Amino acid sequence: MLVLVAVHALAAVVAPGLVRRFGRRALYAVALAPAATLVWALTRTGGVRSGEPVVETWPWVPRIGLEIALRMGTLSWLMVVLVGGVGALVLAYSARYFRSDDPGLGRFASVFVAFAGSMLGLVVSDDLLLLYVFWELTTVFSYLLIGYDPAKRASRRAAMQALLVTTLGGLAMLAGFVMLGQHAGSYRWSVVATDLPGGGYLVTALMLILLGALSKSAIVPFSFWLPGAMAAPTPVSAYLHAAAMVKAGVFLVALLGPAVAGVTAWRVVLLVAGLATLFLGAWVALRQTDLKLLLAYGTVSQLGLLMVVLGAGTRDAALAGAAMVLAHALFKATLFLVVGIVDRTTGTRDLRELSGLGRRAPALAGIAVLAAASMAGLPPMAGFVAKEAAFEAFHHGGTADLLVLAGVVAGSALTVAYTLRFLWGAFATKPGVAPADPHPAGWSFLAAPALLAVAGLAVGVAAPAFDGLLAPYADGFSAAEPGYHLALWHGPTPALGLSALAVAVGGGLFLLLHRGRLRATRWTPLDGAAGYERVVAGVDRLAVELTGATQRGSLPFYLGIILVVLVVLPGGALLTGGPWPRQFRAWDTPLQAVVAALVIVAAVMAARALRRLTAMILVGVAGYGTALMFVLHGAPDLALTQFLVETVTIVMFVLVLRRLPVKFSARPIRASRRGRIAIGVAVGAVVSGMAWVAASGRLATPISDRFPDEAVSYGGGKNVVNVILVDIRAWDTMGEIAVLVVAATGVASLIFRRSRDLDRRSAVPDPRPAGGGPRWLTAGFEAHRHSVILQVVTRLLFHAIVLFSVYLLFSGHNAPGGGFAAGLVAGLALAVRYLAGGRRELNAAAPVDAGAVLGAGLFLAVGTGVAAMPLGGEFLQSAVLDLHLPLLGKVHFVSSVFFDVGVYLIVVGLVLDILRSLGAEMDRQQEDARDDVRDKELV
Amino acid sequence: MTPNLTYIVVVGVLFAAGVTLLLERSLTRVLMGVILLGNGANLLLLTGGRAGGPPIVGTTDAGEMSDPLPQAMVLTAIVITLGMTAFLLALSYRSWHLNGHDEVQDDVEDRRIMDLADRDEGPGTDDADQPDSDDQLDPDGRPDPDSRRSSAASVAAAAGERGRDA
Repeated sequence: MLVLVAVHALAAVVAPGLVRRFGRRALYAVALAPAATLVWALTRTGGVRSGEPVVETWPWVPRIGLEIALRMGTLSWLMVVLVGGVGALVLAYSARYFRSDDPGLGRFASVFVAFAGSMLGLVVSDDLLLLYVFWELTTVFSYLLIGYDPAKRASRRAAMQALLVTTLGGLAMLAGFVMLGQHAGSYRWSVVATDLPGGGYLVTALMLILLGALSKSAIVPFSFWLPGAMAAPTPVSAYLHAAAMVKAGVFLVALLGPAVAGVTAWRVVLLVAGLATLFLGAWVALRQTDLKLLLAYGTVSQLGLLMVVLGAGTRDAALAGAAMVLAHALFKATLFLVVGIVDRTTGTRDLRELSGLGRRAPALAGIAVLAAASMAGLPPMAGFVAKEAAFEAFHHGGTADLLVLAGVVAGSALTVAYTLRFLWGAFATKPGVAPADPHPAGWSFLAAPALLAVAGLAVGVAAPAFDGLLAPYADGFSAAEPGYHLALWHGPTPALGLSALAVAVGGGLFLLLHRGRLRATRWTPLDGAAGYERVVAGVDRLAVELTGATQRGSLPFYLGIILVVLVVLPGGALLTGGPWPRQFRAWDTPLQAVVAALVIVAAVMAARALRRLTAMILVGVAGYGTALMFVLHGAPDLALTQFLVETVTIVMFVLVLRRLPVKFSARPIRASRRGRIAIGVAVGAVVSGMAWVAASGRLATPISDRFPDEAVSYGGGKNVVNVILVDIRAWDTMGEIAVLVVAATGVASLIFRRSRDLDRRSAVPDPRPAGGGPRWLTAGFEAHRHSVILQVVTRLLFHAIVLFSVYLLFSGHNAPGGGFAAGLVAGLALAVRYLAGGRRELNAAAPVDAGAVLGAGLFLAVGTGVAAMPLGGEFLQSAVLDLHLPLLGKVHFVSSVFFDVGVYLIVVGLVLDILRSLGAEMDRQQEDARDDVRDKELV
Repeated sequence: MTPNLTYIVVVGVLFAAGVTLLLERSLTRVLMGVILLGNGANLLLLTGGRAGGPPIVGTTDAGEMSDPLPQAMVLTAIVITLGMTAFLLALSYRSWHLNGHDEVQDDVEDRRIMDLADRDEGPGTDDADQPDSDDQLDPDGRPDPDSRRSSAASVAAAAGERGRDA
């Protein structure tokens, strides 16, 4: 069975290609997938007849108990035959219905066969979760089928309606499944059915499941989506109405029926909703002028009847229901296909415009009459057999059963009436209407409906044979008396009399309506469409109001809200959260207070500064002050890194600020400034409070007390901070260097405006000749732009600085330094070269692409981590080697140094990238602009 | 552990100044706010660990050492701030290059939604039509009252028209 589902999936994948290659003929090939399903199911008929289901199981997600458990009992067999048979015929029919140049044909073929495959999976699922998955797949594919023509508003609306309504029901159903499955400890229905909970729990679960089944099967109050779905092409409607989609709900009710029909609420809901749907659908059908809509409302009505019969919970009713599912699929598919042919050959399906078609297309009319007879329940058709069985099932019981019987008979009468309206509308000769002039429909176009209609006749005539096939399902219900058997002729029973009554009343009703004595309504108040519209419009409005209220579009506003929450909630907790710690110390050394005063003054003035450069210098002072605080704290690595970062930051600022206006743009109005300052002060106070409480709250021994020992014994290094970075918490460092790579990429992509400019990031040999004069630096000398002294100093210092950075890198494991600091030093060396000699000098100093440096660094860092794994270590675990080499003596070597080299390369790459982007590329853009101006002046 | 009052005051001031700048509209100012906030946060982390000698085995006794763990965290934070600074600088340059200023503007889409909310309207996106489509829309893009009353009927009617077109 899984193989068949896979065949459908494969067919869905190749279908668009086939259609592109062979046009509409490809649909015949696609039809092989459902046809194979039909053949396979028919070969299993014997086993199913003797009551032995076909079972397949594959494990899927064992942790949540999800397995691919497939099971084909009698009911599933019936559905598989319909899904496969009707699917294949409809696809074959579509090969004539569509034109090869229909733009959506490839997609249609693909989605249709995928839909058939989902439906197949649905009806053979034994696992309820799997059933749900297929259930939602049919929802999604039906959405795509109904929205076949996305340019049409009607099409989109109908598809969206179907999707929303059935998905909502599907979710409720899932909740019901989970309730049952959690109780039984398994999601296999064959297991769950034997271990049902009781009382309100079961009723709740069943009601949720019914919500899914009823919405899928378009039962009142969800009935509105199905007529809307008529926006789909006619073959889709035929399949959706006859064998698939709406039958999923019916199938679910039938599947659960034998185990749960004893629950009163289940029966009551199904009987009431079913009867209401039966009447309303049929009544509205009597008013329709579009043949397709007439049939659609007919389907709604018939689905109501199916729910009544399958929900009754007796053996005979279940047998009638199964027969009715079969009969309905056969005649409804036929009639839709007939409407499709009428539409295609005459150009209309409006019964007010059709006249005399019966005479012009007798074969088509014959097929339609055969199927319509089955729909109206006339002998010797399948519909008659099923309806007799239904009458018989209800006429033995008590008052309630008799009421239902009355309803079913009345519904049958309405069915007869709209069947007559259909036949009259499509084929009769009407006075005052020009006779139709259809194109001839070829035999291949007629074949599919003809086969289906004849099948309906065959089932009726051979009813006793089908009785044996369907009885195993019905026997799942407890039966008090020897059961009823399907047959064409039971003798003069009350059911036969009721049939005759229904036909007579229906005929009379049709005449009354036809003569205009009675008018049916276009829609009914019980239809949920208005409610649906209101809910959807309400959700839209709510979304707009909510978004309008929360998404103000102003960044300061968002930040302000976040910060105010920070002040109110954690700040409030600080104020109310009990006694504050009293003990504190003013400082570790008095020097701290001096440096702190410097930082405070710089920060406050930076916040007030009006000029960009002033503000930048003050921020820098605060940063260097922070570095001094690190020194006094006893954190040399931090201090070193902070000094270097501040310096690089200042270089960057200068590079960018030379292009920006000197002053900040207009100051915000005073009131709003006061608000900002108030929020700032409040946040500062809250953070101070948190620092106070948090620092006092550290009572346990810090985990880092063990680090010095471990750094030496496991990490092989004496600088504890560096060992933490490259070994103990190397995963963190890995994440952080990845962030740096992303930031560098972001900077480059913001500055380099065209992707081909990115080539300039790499060192392109400079075509321009170097200037005259002494060559202190590689790329030449332009006295008017760069200072000679700076160049000389650079010449002297560059290599020394680079060497120093390498020293810092390799000594970092045992002394202050390490990859971050060393990389920044090397980056500063490059910055000096750039400042002294411009962008060509930078290219000469670092003739590599910054991206390549970044990539190499990341590769090295990850590679070091991975290399530890085949050696039996964890990711990023370091190995220590102590070698005794001649001449060099004892060499102490730790593998994590490679990781640190990776960090180094990434930091160098970041700085190089910044210099190329914010420096060199911005220079070039400036020069280009200047050249443009000069060119214009020359002209 | 007893809190160090100096740290607490510095952290508070850095946060206050940083937040004040962060709430401005000029991207350069926002960036400076971020830098000040970053310094404040780094110091905040350090207040959680004790001060002492450099955490290097051999130069300081284990008992005298400053706490190395917050230092390692702060170290990477410093370098990340550098990356972030570069990115924001590039952003403000780009903004200046494109718009002639480096200010953060209000989001236009959000403004439109607020206007819709003020007018008590829905989004109405579903009814944006394709040129060749049938319709029963009034100029505002809303379905006409009839189709509101019963969408099934209107959809079905439209389906009928479609059939005739075909």
